[in-house]
Amino acid sequence: MAATTLAKGITSGLRASMEKDPKVVLLGEDIGKLGGVFRVTEGLQKDFGEDRVIDTPLAEAGILGTAIGMALRGYRPVVEIQFDGFVYPAFDHIVSQVAKLRARSLGYVTMPIVIRIPFGGGIGAVEHHSESNEAYFAHTAGLRVVVCSNAHDAHWMIQQAIETDDPVVFYEPKRRYWDKGEVGDVPDGPLGTARVLREGTDVTLLAYGPMVKTCLQAAQAADEEGRSLEVVDLRSLSPLDDEAILGSVEKTGRAVVVHEASTFLGMGAEISALVTERAFYHLEAPVLRVGGYNVPYPPSRLEEEFLPDLDRVLDAVDRSLAY
Amino acid sequence: MSDNDVAPLETAFGVDHHVSRAEVPERPAQDGGPDMVQLLNPEGERVAHPEHDAVVDGLSDEELRGFYRDLVLIRRFDTEATALQRQGELGLWASLLGQEAAQVGSGRALRPQDYAFPTYREHGVAWCRGVDPVNLLGMFRGVNHGGWDPNEKNFHLYTIIIGAQTLHATGYAMGVQRDGNVGTGDEERDTAVIAYFGDGATSQGDVSEALVFAGVNNSPVVFFCQNNQWAISEPNEKQTRAPLWHRARGFGFPGIRVDGNDVLAVYAVTKAALDAARSGQGPTFIEAFTYRMGAHTTSDDPSKYRVSAEVEVWKHRDPIERFRRWLTTTGRADPDFFDAVDGESDELGASVRQRCLSMPDPDGTAMFDHVFAERHPVMERERAEFETYHASFEAAR
Ligand SMILES: Cc1ncc(C[n+]2csc(CCOP(=O)(O)OP(=O)(O)O)c2C)c(N)n1
Ligand SMILES: [Mg+2]
Repeated sequence: MAATTLAKGITSGLRASMEKDPKVVLLGEDIGKLGGVFRVTEGLQKDFGEDRVIDTPLAEAGILGTAIGMALRGYRPVVEIQFDGFVYPAFDHIVSQVAKLRARSLGYVTMPIVIRIPFGGGIGAVEHHSESNEAYFAHTAGLRVVVCSNAHDAHWMIQQAIETDDPVVFYEPKRRYWDKGEVGDVPDGPLGTARVLREGTDVTLLAYGPMVKTCLQAAQAADEEGRSLEVVDLRSLSPLDDEAILGSVEKTGRAVVVHEASTFLGMGAEISALVTERAFYHLEAPVLRVGGYNVPYPPSRLEEEFLPDLDRVLDAVDRSLAY
Repeated sequence: MSDNDVAPLETAFGVDHHVSRAEVPERPAQDGGPDMVQLLNPEGERVAHPEHDAVVDGLSDEELRGFYRDLVLIRRFDTEATALQRQGELGLWASLLGQEAAQVGSGRALRPQDYAFPTYREHGVAWCRGVDPVNLLGMFRGVNHGGWDPNEKNFHLYTIIIGAQTLHATGYAMGVQRDGNVGTGDEERDTAVIAYFGDGATSQGDVSEALVFAGVNNSPVVFFCQNNQWAISEPNEKQTRAPLWHRARGFGFPGIRVDGNDVLAVYAVTKAALDAARSGQGPTFIEAFTYRMGAHTTSDDPSKYRVSAEVEVWKHRDPIERFRRWLTTTGRADPDFFDAVDGESDELGASVRQRCLSMPDPDGTAMFDHVFAERHPVMERERAEFETYHASFEAAR
């Protein structure tokens, strides 16, 4: 397949799932004629009709609540939350119902719902449009939380997310929506697995979503200075791919976790604990975190100073190597 | 009635025959219908209305010219802000084009002690409250998330989370009740609260909950819904099957539809609702029937989802044009007045532009300010790291 944008990778993935399974329905605000504010569902209502691509009333709790009912009726709802900061009205349904119904029903009931959330900053947006709230959901047992970082994964992971019987919170790095990449013919491993995107020997960079590109650039820059960085795209935040993480860190002995979310109680804290508990004797340095500060996401004129960038990643690499 | 008495089903369950199921229009007529209060038609002719004539007739020519000035200046401000966005000086702008009368009419009905809770589009209300319009630009420019002290002019911060502010307004009104500032008869003490929200917002659970709380508490709050016919790309019929103003009925208080492009009608209807609230008669739901003439925001492309013929229809209902005609034909304003307002509007545009351009970017450490009442160790450490890190670049220069 030719090079396509990350956004269009999701579109083609959604289309493939909808063609394969008539039970797949899309729900969201402005996803019909408009094709969503990021145009990810563009053309789908025209091709699949208003019964399968539903412009919902403006109510996130309503969207998730009705998605639950549709799932109970045998449908596989794929829900679009317009922006990360607008998922909270639906939080109750996601954590109290979606995440728990399988266990409560002793497995008789499944919740094959996919909750798509464009997330993260870097697009100069106003408040509530740049958040990274993945840790809230990763903290909730019963939900899978995955993040794509490129067009290929976007295309395949959305299909895998729709196919699994678990509910999936599917994060899309909005500032990478327009990045182009090749989409291969087969997925790179099942849902739940991480992927080594660049092999290296000195330090492991662990990242997901928008920060994967930043880390790849950092690794490229470091390479020019004779440092070999390994870049692992986590792809799944819950469950975490322990084996892939530990395998890489045991090899390099050093780890830096990078994400946009605040480091305080972010994914980096969990990964750092995992590595420290399970690979302590392989470590040459403490696991370091590069991320947002413990403050509300700042106004856009300050976001460059809030968000990790190549320099901050390399700074952490230097500090790791200095041990 | 004893427990054993069985009432006929219809009365027992209060079957409401008002709305029959058959009445679901494809695309509801956008003329507001016969129930809409209108005092000035699109041609600029005064329409008599027994209930509201007195209030409007009591307005002085100066007050009426003041409304016109508000309408023109706020549109000028809005146009300038859109231009500033196009030139990269603002990250985004949510235009109020077409909704000036709804905002000025309601904003001018407020008293200083009243409190307004806006969405992100209430630039005209902010203007009426005396908020410096340049302060409205801060969050759209990305230098802050708010930019004014809400208690200075009793105008809350813009709320982007759809519908949330309707509950805040209701809670504020519950506070007003507990302060004993309702129904005392003292004009400077009795206080009303007004919550602004859109047609799309009516779908949010928060808004229904606000109506519940306000009804149950009989709170002094006016729910002012600007039905501009669209919620981004979704037309009214994706949000509601019944006219929005009907909704109040189920919550136990009056609802009313007013021509949102008629500044006189909006003023009269809002004033009546605020008076009722202040005097202890509880909430009112006002649906201001209007139209979003522009895109949802500067990021939006309405050609994807709506036809220009619809916009043309609404152009003929322009709120400023009809008011200008009426002021002219009734001799309440002359060409000199209109020229003066135009001159003032050009000055406003120029000064807004200049002051926007000179708005400084905040210092990076500002993100750590005001997050907590007191500093604490995690934030102190992070602030120190932030400062050291950025200082290292300065040193390297
Ligand atoms: C909880 C929440 N969900 C989604 C959005 C995204 N959004 C911003 S404005 C808007 C439409 C609002 O329509 P309406 O209430 O009619 O107000 P209008 O913009 O027309 O003034 C949407 C969906 C949001 N801001 N908050
Ligand atoms: Mg609207």
